[in-house]
Amino acid sequence: MTVREKLRQKISAGFYWHGLLCASYPVPIILFTAVCILTCCYPLLKLPLPGTGPVEFTTGVRDYMVPPQEPSGDPGERPDWYRGPPVAYIQQVLVKAAVSPWDNRLVPVDAFRSPLGRVFSLLDEIRNHVHSDSSGVRSLEALCLQVTDLLPGLRRMQALLPEHGCLLVSPGNYWQNQRELFDSDPDLLRTVQQYEPKGLHTSATLKDLLFGVHGKQTGVSLNSRNRVVTYTITMALRHYDVRFLGSLRSRLKQLHPSANCSLREEHMVHVHFKEEIGVAELIPLVTTYIILFAYIYFSTRKIDMVKSKWGLALAAVVTVLSSLLMSVGLCTLFGLTPTLNGGEIFPYLVVVIGLENVLVLTKSVVSTPVDLEVKLRIAQGLSNESWSIMKNMATELCIILIGYFTLVPAIQEFCLFAVVGLVSDFFLQMLFFTTVLSIDIRRMELADLNRRLPAEAGMPPAKPGPLRPRETPPPPRPSPHTITLQTPAFRNLRLPKRLRVVYFLARTRLAQRIIMAGTVIWIGILLYTDPAGLRTYLAAQVSEQSPLGGAGLPHLAVAPATPPPELDPMPPPIPQISWGPEDEEGWRRLSYRHWPSFFSYYNITLAKRYISILPVIPVTFHVTPREALETRHPQDTRHAPPLQTDPSPNALPHGAPVQTDLTLYKVAALGLAAGVLLVLLLFCLYRLLCPRNYGQNGVQHGRRRRGDLPCDDYGYSPPVSEISPLLLRGHNMDIECLASDGMLLASCCLAGQIRVWDAQTGDCLTVIPNHGRNQGKSSAVTDLETLGGAEGQDAGGAGYPVRRRAAPSRPTLFGDQPDLTALIDTSFGQQPPSQAPSASSGFDFGGLVERAYLEHEPSVSPVFSAPPPQPVQRRRSLGDQPMAPTDWDSAVWALELRGNLIAAGRSSGKLEVCLWDAVEGSLRCSNEDGVSGITALAFLNNRIVAARLNGSLDFFTVDINKPLGLLQYRGGPGRGSMPPSPCYSSDDVISCQLTRSVQCAHQKPITVLRAAAGRVVTGSQDHTVRVYRLEDSCCLFTLQGHSGGITAIYIDQTMVLASGGQDGAICLWDVLTGSRVSHVYGHRGDVTSLVCTTSCVISSGLDDLICIWDRSTGIKLYSIQQVLGCGASFGVISDSLLVTGGQGCVSFWDLNFGDLLQTVYLGASSEGQGVRQLVVLDNAAIVCDFGSELSLVYVPSVLEKLD
Amino acid sequence: MPRLEERWWSCPCSPGVKPGSESGRLPSKAAEAMSAVSSVLRGLRAAGLVRRGLVLFTVGVLLALVLNLLQTPRNVSLFPEEVVAPLFSSAWWIPPCCGTAAAFVGLLYPCIDSHLGEPHKFKREWASVMRCIAVFVGINHASAKLDFANNVQLSMTLAALSLGLWWTFDRSRSGFGLGITIAFFATLITQFLIYNGVYQYTSPDFLYIRSWLPCIFFSGGVTVGNIGRQLAMGGTEKPHSD
Repeated sequence: MTVREKLRQKISAGFYWHGLLCASYPVPIILFTAVCILTCCYPLLKLPLPGTGPVEFTTGVRDYMVPPQEPSGDPGERPDWYRGPPVAYIQQVLVKAAVSPWDNRLVPVDAFRSPLGRVFSLLDEIRNHVHSDSSGVRSLEALCLQVTDLLPGLRRMQALLPEHGCLLVSPGNYWQNQRELFDSDPDLLRTVQQYEPKGLHTSATLKDLLFGVHGKQTGVSLNSRNRVVTYTITMALRHYDVRFLGSLRSRLKQLHPSANCSLREEHMVHVHFKEEIGVAELIPLVTTYIILFAYIYFSTRKIDMVKSKWGLALAAVVTVLSSLLMSVGLCTLFGLTPTLNGGEIFPYLVVVIGLENVLVLTKSVVSTPVDLEVKLRIAQGLSNESWSIMKNMATELCIILIGYFTLVPAIQEFCLFAVVGLVSDFFLQMLFFTTVLSIDIRRMELADLNRRLPAEAGMPPAKPGPLRPRETPPPPRPSPHTITLQTPAFRNLRLPKRLRVVYFLARTRLAQRIIMAGTVIWIGILLYTDPAGLRTYLAAQVSEQSPLGGAGLPHLAVAPATPPPELDPMPPPIPQISWGPEDEEGWRRLSYRHWPSFFSYYNITLAKRYISILPVIPVTFHVTPREALETRHPQDTRHAPPLQTDPSPNALPHGAPVQTDLTLYKVAALGLAAGVLLVLLLFCLYRLLCPRNYGQNGVQHGRRRRGDLPCDDYGYSPPVSEISPLLLRGHNMDIECLASDGMLLASCCLAGQIRVWDAQTGDCLTVIPNHGRNQGKSSAVTDLETLGGAEGQDAGGAGYPVRRRAAPSRPTLFGDQPDLTALIDTSFGQQPPSQAPSASSGFDFGGLVERAYLEHEPSVSPVFSAPPPQPVQRRRSLGDQPMAPTDWDSAVWALELRGNLIAAGRSSGKLEVCLWDAVEGSLRCSNEDGVSGITALAFLNNRIVAARLNGSLDFFTVDINKPLGLLQYRGGPGRGSMPPSPCYSSDDVISCQLTRSVQCAHQKPITVLRAAAGRVVTGSQDHTVRVYRLEDSCCLFTLQGHSGGITAIYIDQTMVLASGGQDGAICLWDVLTGSRVSHVYGHRGDVTSLVCTTSCVISSGLDDLICIWDRSTGIKLYSIQQVLGCGASFGVISDSLLVTGGQGCVSFWDLNFGDLLQTVYLGASSEGQGVRQLVVLDNAAIVCDFGSELSLVYVPSVLEKLD
Repeated sequence: MPRLEERWWSCPCSPGVKPGSESGRLPSKAAEAMSAVSSVLRGLRAAGLVRRGLVLFTVGVLLALVLNLLQTPRNVSLFPEEVVAPLFSSAWWIPPCCGTAAAFVGLLYPCIDSHLGEPHKFKREWASVMRCIAVFVGINHASAKLDFANNVQLSMTLAALSLGLWWTFDRSRSGFGLGITIAFFATLITQFLIYNGVYQYTSPDFLYIRSWLPCIFFSGGVTVGNIGRQLAMGGTEKPHSD
């Protein structure tokens, strides 16, 4: 054990130093590694490239010996496959024949009929050639490759290809090698053409096979230019007999001399064919590769928390691949030649070597503390994982060693490769990948640093708004945990790569352009190469213009029978038979599948074997016109007349053009279909990837400012759909509190004015002014101010939809001079003078006076010139406060809305419950039991809970003197999650009773209060959270765990409780047991807001970051950088949609992926201001608070989804 | 029937990844997909079972076909040339059989795990599963393509490879026991079918086939069990979002 420990320590230390080294000198090490890889891969150059193309090897003819079976001494220049006798020796007799001189009486068919006819005599000569010398008599029969049956599938060719005898083919096979059949054949071309495959073909055709030269070279066609017919007689020989072949060669040359022939005849070419892969072998191969790619995909997907995920994945793959190459190279260097099929074993090698170590390394390094230096992080990460890496490697080596002892050669070879691959992979991991990782980590830290600086700079003091104790930002405390948790931050600030690529494509229209250019090029090529197309046309033009081709014009015989020689001023061209170097190896022009398919007809495979091609024997025939005329078939002239009408030698007689035309049409149709398919495919792809119609709404793009959105980096902004914000105006000052129950929206501004809006239409329904303000004062200014307030109410109270047009009509004289007296009272310690509890549910003139006032509606404008008493009187009537000569000089600190009751908590400690109706905003009851300011309110069912500044908690019950059965329940907006709230009518008398008061709920002011699911949760500055039961106000738990004041609490119907504090920590609690479920440090500075969904927790902090946490594991998924001052404004619309506020806009995010979906700009005037509060209503509307304005945004697409 | 074991493969396109990749592209649909997936997962366990079964079935059928092709050059294929045409009518049910067996085994493994109360934690990730499948195909490949000196060597090698596969990717006692059981019964069924003349080996070397069959069955069982466990786990946890 001690040995093991020692070993472990040593390994760990070694890795540590190695990590330090790698991180210190990244560039030299990478260079060194690259040199190593290249050196090790150098032997690979000697290996043949993979592929199924044939390989050639040339030897001299003179000293040719059949290579020995075993590799002999000098393997230097000889390839491996060159051993043993070949499958066959191929001897070709290349015949060029022409009718010469050309006679005007001849028809085009004559150009090849009699030259082709010569093949039969030549065949006889070859077959009957006998060489006799001292060693005996040899004939072709003895030497040639004897073949048996054709394959069963080739019965069609049975008549054409030899069976049971010598493998000797020539064009004569078309006519069963019988001269009589040839002579009686009325249409030679048809005989040749009928065996050609229809349509497109790439592999060897029968014509190629029998003629032995490429189809275009044969000259057997009616439009042949030089009227020279070329064909070969191909024989396959089993044995190589120099003397026989020599005598045959000399005899043929002697009989049919080629005048200007200078072919070199000293080289024979050995052609080796690779194994061909059929579908049956291909499918498993493809499957293994698919599995391999899946493996690589799933492995590299786990690389996370690095700067460039793709870069590291690439590095990992490069590591594995180059280690494989190195292993092959090293094995070759030491004389081990790979015999296994590389393509087949490659996936298994990759799987054996694996990407695991790379991933383990990455994970280990990434999880080291971020505040360390990069060098140290790398070193630590390496040393942490050193033991497991070494252990794994030893295990794998052991397994492979066991495999080596199976003594199966293939497995042994595989194991050898695997061992070398493993070692070189280890080498590369340690040097190459570690270094790349260190570079990446360094880059990430730099980026992190750059990003964090501005966020820190503008953190606390820029927060506007009133100075209230609970919002005073505490000094930011340095906690290292917040840093370590932020590694994956910011990666979602940018769009995902795939989207960027798509946007790039969409912006540049790259795909369309490439397709268009490709189509044009393709059509051009098609036009040019088409046999009936441009090229022949051009060639015809050229030949017409050139003097040599002048024969084209009128010269040709009009009719063979009556050739008018005087019409032909020029001598008929003499077909020139020329031998050039291109004739030496005419077989090269054939398809490379020519020989394999030739032999495969007889079930002889050339896979992994070779054939030797001997130099050709040239033979030249000159046929006199008289001979040609003699051999002419009577039907040949019948073909001629249509030809005669066209004087050009390039004229195409009917046979061939029909063929080519058909091919052309086929190609065209195929191309068209392919094009249509491609376009459809791209269209589908396009629709899938860019579902929105960003082509529209182009006007709005102009207003967008760059740099505002992350996606603006690439010049393409995401589309704006039909979302249009609704502006709610009316408040003179900044909006303080917002409350909503889905259908109604209550807002309260700093001036104490409460407005009630219809959340559906945005109409202002009621205005409740700050009652009795300035009651005791009588200066003209304040009168005017109240007058202005009254005027404002007129507009609202009359039921105008207060939209944009309402704003300019308001006299600015009053709007610009708000009374700030409500703000001044911030001395909370001073107790407001307690008032005698007046009849809180008293008389209500509101309805009556309001109706009377409405009749006076047309006379709104004279209000300004009215004598002072009138506004005072009306104000009183509107305010419905005949009984409140109390201290109204208090601000509304908390606002709650339930049903049509608004509860407002004031800084004076007074609780007001207002009844809302379409026309009246009347105070129904108030309670002034408390003396300390109400900091938070909760309104659930018929209970109101008020938290006070002094830490006490009051429970109120709202009673109505009406049997409960008569209560009409107002159905919520339909899809609300809240229970339907009872609807109170204005006839009911509502009383608000203090049922219980918990005096010392908290030691310090209560900052947050939330109620749901029958629980009331309070958070205070004394670092604790308390849970009360709503029914009996009993304190259930006191939750301790924060090290700072509580600033945010979330609880919902499913009893999920989360709390955030000034320490930046977020705690999740179990409400049933009171235990802490998880605890994370998320923010630097206060947590300002918290929301939970089923899967995650979303928090925002004073650091203007919105963090999304996995609820079960407490791992930060990602975070969103907010605009300065908009940190706390966010809301969750559904389980997967997050809304955040920004500078004059709101952004929608996909909660699951952190992708920015859309940004909506909320009108021109609000552009400069940030969204400070954001409330999500039940009907998927969003209310944002821009200073004194509210903005109501409907999200229709979300609406559909909720249904 | 040498290819009965082909029930044990999984394809890379496992359902666990599908919602993630799709919704990444179509964020508006992502919500639906996610909520649908989660609701299905939460609400209907049976539906998850059926889905896993379907995936395993598909995988089994696919690899039955692929691995059968792998065997053809060795001429131990189930369908010899001259028998293909008349016998194809009776052999069409082999891939479905393999698929069913794959579904059965793939569902059995997590089930037994949960009954024994020892959840399988060793290398639970898709990359490892892919590796396992690749190794299994490699074992098949080796058995099909390599030339061994004698049958003993072949079966010893294959046994060692199968054990290595189990040790590398499974290492659980339940997995080993189940694999052995499956191998035993599958071989038994195969032999039974052969004795009844439903099947015949095209190769005359009878022992040759019998010797490597249990090893292949064993490794196949381990592989499919691996897939089944991963699927079962991917079902309970949230689909991984990229």
